[in-house]
Amino acid sequence: MLKIKNLQANIEDKEILKGINLEINPGEVHAIMGPNGSGKSTLSSVIAGKEEYTMTGGEMLFEGEDLSELDPEERAHRGIFLSFQYPVEIPGVSVTNFMKASINAHRKAQGLEDMPAKDMLKLIREKSEMLEIDRKFLSRSLNQGFSGGEKKRNEIFQMAMLNPKLAILDETDSGLDIDALKVVANGVNKLRSADNAVLLITHYQRLLDYIVPDFVHVMVDGKIVKSGNKELAYELEERGYDWVKQEKSV
Amino acid sequence: MELKDKLLSSFMAFEEAFDVDTDIHQLRSDAIKEFETLGFPSKKDEAWKYTSLNSVLKYDYSVFPKKEDAIDYKDIKKYLIHDIDSYKLIFIDGIYSSHLSETTHDKIDVCLMSSALSKSKYKPVIENYFNKIVPKNSGLNALNTAFSKEGAFIHIHKNKSADKPIQIINFSTGNESALLVQPRNLIVVGENSQVQIIERHQSLTDHPVFTNSVTEVFAEKRAVVDYYKIQNDRDSASLIDNTFVEQKEESYCFMHTFSFGGKLTRNNLNFYQKGERSESTLKGITIIEGKQHVDHNTLVHHTSPNCESHQDYKGIFADTSVGVFNGRVLVDKEAQKINAFQSNNNILMDDKATINSKPQLEIFADDVKCSHGCTIGQLDEESLFYLRSRGIPLKEARALLMYAFANNVMESVKIPEIKKRITHQIALKLGVNLGYDL
Repeated sequence: MLKIKNLQANIEDKEILKGINLEINPGEVHAIMGPNGSGKSTLSSVIAGKEEYTMTGGEMLFEGEDLSELDPEERAHRGIFLSFQYPVEIPGVSVTNFMKASINAHRKAQGLEDMPAKDMLKLIREKSEMLEIDRKFLSRSLNQGFSGGEKKRNEIFQMAMLNPKLAILDETDSGLDIDALKVVANGVNKLRSADNAVLLITHYQRLLDYIVPDFVHVMVDGKIVKSGNKELAYELEERGYDWVKQEKSV
Repeated sequence: MELKDKLLSSFMAFEEAFDVDTDIHQLRSDAIKEFETLGFPSKKDEAWKYTSLNSVLKYDYSVFPKKEDAIDYKDIKKYLIHDIDSYKLIFIDGIYSSHLSETTHDKIDVCLMSSALSKSKYKPVIENYFNKIVPKNSGLNALNTAFSKEGAFIHIHKNKSADKPIQIINFSTGNESALLVQPRNLIVVGENSQVQIIERHQSLTDHPVFTNSVTEVFAEKRAVVDYYKIQNDRDSASLIDNTFVEQKEESYCFMHTFSFGGKLTRNNLNFYQKGERSESTLKGITIIEGKQHVDHNTLVHHTSPNCESHQDYKGIFADTSVGVFNGRVLVDKEAQKINAFQSNNNILMDDKATINSKPQLEIFADDVKCSHGCTIGQLDEESLFYLRSRGIPLKEARALLMYAFANNVMESVKIPEIKKRITHQIALKLGVNLGYDL
């Protein structure tokens, strides 16, 4: 599904990604862990198409298509979804209206008519119930005055609405208490299928207790330095990142 | 002939049509002399530093328009808030159109300035209020007073409320190759009374039109005035709107100005608070492009204690458009314990767009809360990326962010149809169809 080869990316001439290799197939859950500043969030932004970053080398293919040629909205239309670490606030635009705009933009890109209002409401009801989201919440301005947990839950709600092929969850666990984390993880698990894939970006192993990864990658200084299965996450939790760094330098 | 000279000589002809033995005649004669001395403002005047009238004054305007052409309701419907029940005062080339209007004398007076100036039953109101708060330092005000003849006359008597909003709409038809219109409005809202007003100036052709309007609003004790100015004219039409609001004790006045079009628009909006615990709200959304120019020149003069004023102006400027915000807050020594807030936020969409923002606070009282803030920026890249990552294309994403930016001005709009209309206008202006009503 996603094939990344020797990906290099800069922000304002500063090299952040220094040759990433990653392959994600349908049905798989990958986790990328690593210390602060290792480039984890940059990787997720580069996949989603954030324009501040310049891709300086390597390639990114999504279902065989070169991602670097596509605008962020086109990548979304192909089925890539990024759950933001810091979702932005849009006053005056309700969660519901925002989802309408988003869903209908996806449909338009596929040459479809707008979703009938009745179907839209049904979908919203279904997905908000799944994530235990209060109806009142849906008429509030997008992310405005939301708590950290509400913002993250809202991100997963959007993911549920859009049903992407590849969901990248950037630090979705930060700011969540354990109950909220369970709801969010449960939501993500319900959305998993043999046809879609999840890429988790996280600091901590905690989230991985609830969304169990098939592969764990450790990122240090712009490179994936170690990959393994979920056991690697426990090892990192216990031993920290230093040993990986040392192993790398050996 | 220079426009000024032409106007001075036209005044003779104008006055001949009236009974000269009236108070108003004296006012007009004094005013034309004032205009003769002051003339039109130029960029040398501090208050006109960023707005030049040269491009407006260069035309040979007619002062006496031909009799109106018949205009059908269907041709102008879209310029009205037509989906609400309202009183309407509709003027065509400065002349009242009775068949398009709906007036009343039932408990409230919604009628014409020309009849208020000539009928004896209105004399006490005219004597007490007409031209009482228009300062003597402006050639434009003097010019309007000299030619004052027609406009809206609205008198909401004590303890009465207008049962529906009142729309004041001035159309110009292009019967003349270039037309100067000078509406003169007087709005008196009695004690414990309420009114909602919607005002608009609209040209129906591409002939140059120059509107120099003067509106006086008096809010007596505990009166509530909710006023909306919709400015979305053609690129051939310019407007100088001079509005003066006097507020007595515990009165509330809300003024929303939506500036989306016109060649040059200058709003001289002046609030005089003359009673304790009165509140003034001045809000505006400006979205312009091309070579359009919108200048908000506001004054809030606090003379009494325990009052509040809130100013919030948002501007979005594309292409080579120019915006000006000059917000003056004056707090007299007696006006203790007042709160005065002012904010002006702007987004420049292009490198060549300009905004000149100048807050002026002059505070002579020592126990007050005053704040002002001004920002000039571009759309936030992070927010744009967020929306685009949800599949919303760049153009629509920009529109959503601009709507969000202007939104807190919309929050205080109390007539839902206006809110809907303005939202639609914003979407249209930004060239997007979002597939739902914002």
